[in-house]
Amino acid sequence: MEAFYLPFVEFGFMRRALAGSAALALAAGPLGVFLVLRRMSLMGDAMAHAILPGVAVGFLTAGLSLTAMTIGGMVTGLTVALLAAAVSRLTPQREDASFAAFYLVSLGVGVLLISLRGGNTELLHVLFGTVLGLDDAALILVSATSSITLLVLAVIFRPLVMECLDPLFLRSESRMGPVVHVVFLLLLVMTLVAGFQVLGTLMVVGIMMLPAAAARFWSVTATGQMILAALGGVFASYAGLLFSYHANVAASPAIILSAGILYFMSLIFGTQGGLWQVARQARARSLRLSRISRRDE
Amino acid sequence: MSSSTFFSHYPYSARRRRWLGMVASALVLGAWSAHAVSREPLPVVATFSILADMVKEVGGDRVAVTTIVGNDADAHGFEPKPQHAKALREAKVLVLNGLDFEPWLPRLTQASGFEGIKVLATEGVKVRRLGGRDTDAGHDHGSAAKHDGHSHGEADPHAWQDLTNGMIYARNIAAGLSKADPRNANYYESRASSYIARMKALDNEVKAAIAAIPPDRRRVISSHDAFGYFAAAYGVDFIPISGLSNQSEPSARDVARIIQMARDTGVAGVFIENMSSSVMAQQVARESGVLMGGTLYADALGPVDQPASTYLGMISWNAGRLVYVLKQSLQN
Repeated sequence: MEAFYLPFVEFGFMRRALAGSAALALAAGPLGVFLVLRRMSLMGDAMAHAILPGVAVGFLTAGLSLTAMTIGGMVTGLTVALLAAAVSRLTPQREDASFAAFYLVSLGVGVLLISLRGGNTELLHVLFGTVLGLDDAALILVSATSSITLLVLAVIFRPLVMECLDPLFLRSESRMGPVVHVVFLLLLVMTLVAGFQVLGTLMVVGIMMLPAAAARFWSVTATGQMILAALGGVFASYAGLLFSYHANVAASPAIILSAGILYFMSLIFGTQGGLWQVARQARARSLRLSRISRRDE
Repeated sequence: MSSSTFFSHYPYSARRRRWLGMVASALVLGAWSAHAVSREPLPVVATFSILADMVKEVGGDRVAVTTIVGNDADAHGFEPKPQHAKALREAKVLVLNGLDFEPWLPRLTQASGFEGIKVLATEGVKVRRLGGRDTDAGHDHGSAAKHDGHSHGEADPHAWQDLTNGMIYARNIAAGLSKADPRNANYYESRASSYIARMKALDNEVKAAIAAIPPDRRRVISSHDAFGYFAAAYGVDFIPISGLSNQSEPSARDVARIIQMARDTGVAGVFIENMSSSVMAQQVARESGVLMGGTLYADALGPVDQPASTYLGMISWNAGRLVYVLKQSLQN
């Protein structure tokens, strides 16, 4: 029993890691739900790469300053998101294609900038953060970002859901559509930039998408999915850290794999279209059909 | 030179005529200055900053050194650029550390068409292996337990951290330079000898300074496992936070074990390295209440205007920093 909480009692770095990843998960999960709803599940990954050059410029100009890197990442992330959206509205090209183009260009610029500092691993560590090394500034950054994200999501919740499910209706009702879209992108980029430096790129996208995808198997409403995704992310952070401690493996992949297990369990046992349920329904249907056909004979 | 050979493939007559003219004048010049060729410095490529400094010391003004991985940069995860291939193709001598320190080098030498002499600086060095710990077995280095997940028997490339190995490096470099440039062999040998004499003096100095501290009070934490040779030679215990290369992420258990060790066994200080992240080191220091000891130079020299910008300067900086921190913890 002690094994489940003692590491967190004994070591401050474990508490920091849990607080940081849980704070991130609380905001990232709901954002992930909206990405799933909008069929943009891969966009989180693209955005995480699009941020790279801004963070690199921030580091190259101001050194190890969390503020400079955050501002840089926000600027490039938003530029890519807005340019991609603009191209998809002004030309026949779909948003996923323009997004891919812009994020790849951005990634190229980022890798080029990093290579200017030839083999500087410090920059790589900065870019790909580590969950076990959270200090006060990083914790404040991630919890402030998450709080802002959750508050703003609560404010724009209705139009955002409407825009996801029925954008034409929203357009006929109000002019809020594009504004909501931009605010959502802003929140997404903000969370990614905070998580990027605090927990690393794999981590932040994983903690955003996996619990959200898993939540879809348990609830049909957006609210239910958001709550489940946030809670799932927090649980995955706890389980992953514990696994990293007891099994002696790297922490951020352990957290992501915990979220992955959560997803697979939901995929199989979920009550809203999980495999188990689908199979049972199919069996029940075929039983019913065979009973009917037997009766007919 | 390289651009003219490149363009000579094009059948433009003007360009070809110019090219022929250049060849002719080069031949004439070559014949005229044949006796003065030895004045031209020997082009040497060194894989990283520490080797480059040694080559400069041994080669003096008779060599022109190009460094591939520069000061404050990490050779473990390095990506070569075209200019490096160009320098390598034009070089007569390539000085490398070996022991898998430069994993990118075989492809680079192949791609560049390097045809000179390869000098393996670690030739003849007693290689320290991870897990094996063949060096003085009675001595506990504190970090042996950490590497149970690491591949056993992996060679530790950081041999230059022991000045005795530095002397072997210098001899190997001198031999290699002499082979490529026999005319200046005596020059290289005598410079190497005086360089080695300076290494010996520093070696004695470091040993004397560390001997003043009781052996059970010489334990510090470093960010990556780069000081195994230093530990064996000078009797300081290093507990590394991450493994040989500093790109692997430590597990929560590793970090917990190091913090526990720091709390229980009296660690004097936590040191960071010039080319690696300080995030984990700061976390360990914060949590165990151990002081940050400052920067040690492990795999690369410091910036040009700083004391650790040469090999000898680096060793004496590291030793000085360590002795200062160890002495401070004695007083507490």
